[in-house]
Amino acid sequence: MLASFIIPFFIAAVVVYGMVKKVNVFDCFAEGARQGADIVISLLPVLTGLVIAVAMFNASGGAELLEKLLRPAASLFGIPSEVVSLCILSPVSGSGSLTIFESILKECGPDSFPGRVASVIAGATETTFYAVTVYFGSVGIKKTGAVLPCALIGDFVSFAAAALTVKWFFY
Amino acid sequence: MLFIKVSMINYIWAFIIVFSFISAVITGSMQELSSSVFSGGSDAVELCLKLLGSLCLWNGVMNIAEKSGLCEKFAKLLSPVINFIFPKLKNEKAAKNAISMNITANLLGMGNAATPLGIKAMKNLQGLNSNKEAASQEMMTFVVMNTAALRIIPSTVAALREAAGAAEPMDIIFCVWISSGLSLLCGIAAVKIMGRLMKK
Repeated sequence: MLASFIIPFFIAAVVVYGMVKKVNVFDCFAEGARQGADIVISLLPVLTGLVIAVAMFNASGGAELLEKLLRPAASLFGIPSEVVSLCILSPVSGSGSLTIFESILKECGPDSFPGRVASVIAGATETTFYAVTVYFGSVGIKKTGAVLPCALIGDFVSFAAAALTVKWFFY
Repeated sequence: MLFIKVSMINYIWAFIIVFSFISAVITGSMQELSSSVFSGGSDAVELCLKLLGSLCLWNGVMNIAEKSGLCEKFAKLLSPVINFIFPKLKNEKAAKNAISMNITANLLGMGNAATPLGIKAMKNLQGLNSNKEAASQEMMTFVVMNTAALRIIPSTVAALREAAGAAEPMDIIFCVWISSGLSLLCGIAAVKIMGRLMKK
């Protein structure tokens, strides 16, 4: 696969370019890597909080409950009911939404309407809560302002756009 | 507009925990909830260990790219885009370098590289930030950019579709581009509008 080339090629290219420019590549690497270790230590507390909350949400059956509540709203925007659980989980948990995505593909088929909408959503969204927590946690920002609502607006737009574009392109 | 000045994360975190408790009462899954608290804690440590490896790797690789001047080349290439989205950073080379490496990693679908590179950009932006407790406008825009999935090839999705027997695993690619592009635009627009409202 082409995709597996990208990362090794990128690293090799950076190292070769560094050698050409007469940089002490290994010393330089180690110097940078040390900063990585400091960042992880500052991230551990915030990530623990986030991961525990997500684990509780998954274990409590809360996702199914929320899904029932949101189904009517989703159908207003043309989002098929099979995909609602993916919409709920995709901003919260990367591994959780991947599992749900796989089960949608299995149950509805990858070339069905819900299967295609789910594929677009899985490809067009990132784990919003994780990104917000990691990025602001790493620099110790406590007041995140309007970030989360804005990012969730973005997520919602991609859900609605997924349903719309799949309808346009395929049906 | 007081309500948006208070950190949303506090409310959402509290809501998730309380909502989980209530739904566990309703669905009768208190036992699962209780054990999830402990497994969640160790999951977090596991996640940090995984991050430790990739953060060290990418910070190291980035350091080489920076010292050799490769970063600046990428930054020059992406400069028009970055100047447009972050007009205040026009003369901040270090921040622009880091942001352009993060965008490059995102576009190429190197998710585990994009995060450490993005954290580096956040450190630069924090250096320019006047109030160290509150997010600056540039930080908010940058994080929202990273919550929309900018990538050229949705390879994970294509692989899973192929595994599920799709006739044409990549046939959704235009829909993915349009959806993530729209979500990116709306997210950035929302940040700009909210930023203006909060100034008043």
